Amino acid sequence: MSRRFNFAAVLSAVVLICCGALILGQKVSAAGEGKITGTVKLDGAVPHMKGIDMAKDPYCSKAHATDPAHLETYVVGADGGMENVVVYISEGLGSAAAESATEPVFDQKNCMYTPHVLALEVNQKFKVTTSDQTTHNIHPLPNPMTGNIPWNQSQPPGATPVEKSWKAPEMIPVQCNIHPWMHGWFVVVKGPHGTTDAKGSYTINNVPPGNYTVTAWQEAAGTQTAKVTVAAGAAATANFTFKAK
Amino acid sequence: MLRNNLRKWFLLLGAASIMALPTTSLAQLTKYDLETRMGIEAHVGNMTGHAKDAKGDYRRYCVGCHGELGDGNGENFPWVDPKPRNFQLGVFKCRSTPTGTLPTDEDLFDSIARGFDRSNMPQWSTFTKQQRADLVAWVKHFSPRWTNEKPGEPITIPPEPEVTAERIKAGRDVFARVQCWKCHGVLGQADGPSASTLTDDLGRPIAAFNFTEGARPKCGDTDRDIYRIFMTGLDGTPMPSFADNIKPDEAWDLVFYLRTLMSQNSKAKAMAKTLGLKPVDPNAPAGQQ
Repeated sequence: MSRRFNFAAVLSAVVLICCGALILGQKVSAAGEGKITGTVKLDGAVPHMKGIDMAKDPYCSKAHATDPAHLETYVVGADGGMENVVVYISEGLGSAAAESATEPVFDQKNCMYTPHVLALEVNQKFKVTTSDQTTHNIHPLPNPMTGNIPWNQSQPPGATPVEKSWKAPEMIPVQCNIHPWMHGWFVVVKGPHGTTDAKGSYTINNVPPGNYTVTAWQEAAGTQTAKVTVAAGAAATANFTFKAK
Repeated sequence: MLRNNLRKWFLLLGAASIMALPTTSLAQLTKYDLETRMGIEAHVGNMTGHAKDAKGDYRRYCVGCHGELGDGNGENFPWVDPKPRNFQLGVFKCRSTPTGTLPTDEDLFDSIARGFDRSNMPQWSTFTKQQRADLVAWVKHFSPRWTNEKPGEPITIPPEPEVTAERIKAGRDVFARVQCWKCHGVLGQADGPSASTLTDDLGRPIAAFNFTEGARPKCGDTDRDIYRIFMTGLDGTPMPSFADNIKPDEAWDLVFYLRTLMSQNSKAKAMAKTLGLKPVDPNAPAGQQ
């Protein structure tokens, strides 16, 4: 009998601690913000990325006449640095974090998406533009059950930019039905985040001091997490290594 | 023994609640969720539809394809193509509202009566209007979107102008400029270069509309319906909205040109024949059709 009460006591203690952590988490101050930097690398042989046959649309194949296009599921530099990995704070962030005021651009260029992966904050506005002289359609495919609603808009040459935002955190694939090889991502997260460059390096700016769990997301390799402590005005480091599949 | 069982139970409960936390919003809907939304209403004209009153009709006429939970996974699912609509997602082809928004109650009301040509969805013209209004409310109760959002504002369709040779030719230029032919083909035969790889939002192969077979467009076959189709897009399919890139007046031109591609007789088709109008040339430089 007593063990049952013990268990109840432990359970309520755990609940209390969790609640406490949640409340404390909200009190992170915005003053003296630090940052998180690091690199994301791939360990092992780089998966082969198939070339893309754009013969279907002469405009597209002409654009890649001298520089053949390849799938961008893995974009890995000479020293193993992985591009297009989104690193974001998955735990420990209070509601105090400032919202980003920038409006990033997702361009349709030479029948590919630039960038291939666009990281966004919840409710952050972004623009979809086209630099191409061929018609695209921009068709994100979120899960409507998250609160993000799919839409589909035409993008003929010279189309007006589309301005949108997303309501909920989600990794949203985006495609063009006219050019089935065109595939990209809107990575919607809460709070500050960074995306790796060609060398696999990223920086997350405007991070209030505190203890965090950061997650690195790559479209095919999956996710990895690390714990970091950010001191006021200082840079913390979190490096990630994905195993080649 | 009892104590051990109790402990296991607690652990299981703890684990289950932890796992349930982040997934509740994505989890499959249950009968319980649906019960809580049974009070939902539909308003069509001065009629009010009540979800609870449609239960019998849905079970008798709809459940075989659309499934008990409205997920489109009824027992006929494997043999039906195009696949039955998943009402839980709240994404609909035939809307009077912009892409990415919910349809109006009237849109769903019309869809039930119209049926979908070249699919297994018949015209439910045997229902009374009240039965249809009740079924609209029932369809809505499957998706949480109607609790969280309002339907979009229906697009404005200006009055239809008189069809003229100039308008038909202008429509042909729109057809070339926004490149309808990429999927629908230069003759409207659904054989454009991108037609063979089209998939719907759930990754299933889908065909572009063939204008030349005498088929009725799925979302209606009046001129206004055709105008609405390309200005709102057919959500859940590759057909995008052209609202940002075709002006209302040009949209009527395009409707007239599309009429010339259709096998059904129309004034526009007869005029195009007299004009000797040629199909668009995909290789012509921009603006030089």
